Amino acid sequence: MPVNSSFVGRRYRSAEPYLVGPDELRAFAAAFGASAPACCDPAAAQALGYAGLVAAPTYAVVIAQQAEAEYVRDPASGIDFERVVHGEESFRHHRPIVAGDRITTELTVASVVERRGMTTVTTAVQLSDAAGQPVATVTSTLVVRGEAG
Amino acid sequence: MRAAKAQVGDRIGAVSFVLTRADLRRYATASGDHNPIHLDEEAAKAAGLPGVIAHGMLTMGQVIWPLVEWAGGDPGAIREYTVRFARPVVVPADGGAELTVEGQVTAVAGSRVTVALAVTASGQKVLGKAQAVIELPAA
Repeated sequence: MPVNSSFVGRRYRSAEPYLVGPDELRAFAAAFGASAPACCDPAAAQALGYAGLVAAPTYAVVIAQQAEAEYVRDPASGIDFERVVHGEESFRHHRPIVAGDRITTELTVASVVERRGMTTVTTAVQLSDAAGQPVATVTSTLVVRGEAG
Repeated sequence: MRAAKAQVGDRIGAVSFVLTRADLRRYATASGDHNPIHLDEEAAKAAGLPGVIAHGMLTMGQVIWPLVEWAGGDPGAIREYTVRFARPVVVPADGGAELTVEGQVTAVAGSRVTVALAVTASGQKVLGKAQAVIELPAA
């Protein structure tokens, strides 16, 4: 089944806010062997002016990928996850994510482009805080290999 | 690093990291991305890959840390960050894969500094169009 191009423009909103916990931020930073004190030690984060532990630069993907999974796993999307490779990723932060944030997401299917048997699917996930203010935009491009590929 | 001191052409690194299969398992747990091509040799080969590959997001997340350090240790200084995954990073069970990153300042606009990243594994370029925009302390 080809990727369903009629999904372009479709939006998926998170049902529940995502609560960013300090232990999760520590574990994510530790996965890179990173020792940045602002990710692990509340006093170090406060010294930089933050209310809580600061997220690693790519942490927003953990939240965004849940929104992406909802779209990709929608059978009508026509995306076979077995044939997907990650093409591009982009983060634009309006402010850093910090421990205690409650983040809601809205995914937009930005484009579906088929070319030479490969389909490129681009999604944009807007992350917002409990006050409805924008936190980050995560743009992700997936490349879906064709049936014969 | 202060914004007033950053100049186009300044270099950051090069810095190298070794990624092992244990690192991939740890990233899978921390991120929630349990795709078996990053964990299991058979699954990777069944997907047409030469072997287990690193999560693209592990490579992307790893190579930004030298820039965080350069920005004074503030992870929140990384305001924009974009990469294209040009080639998979194959991680052998024995010894792992070595990643090398070098940054170069390509633009300075007030307190915002743009850095292009050159990222290789075993001498081959693995990320394309890799670029970060960093907000540096003004003075």
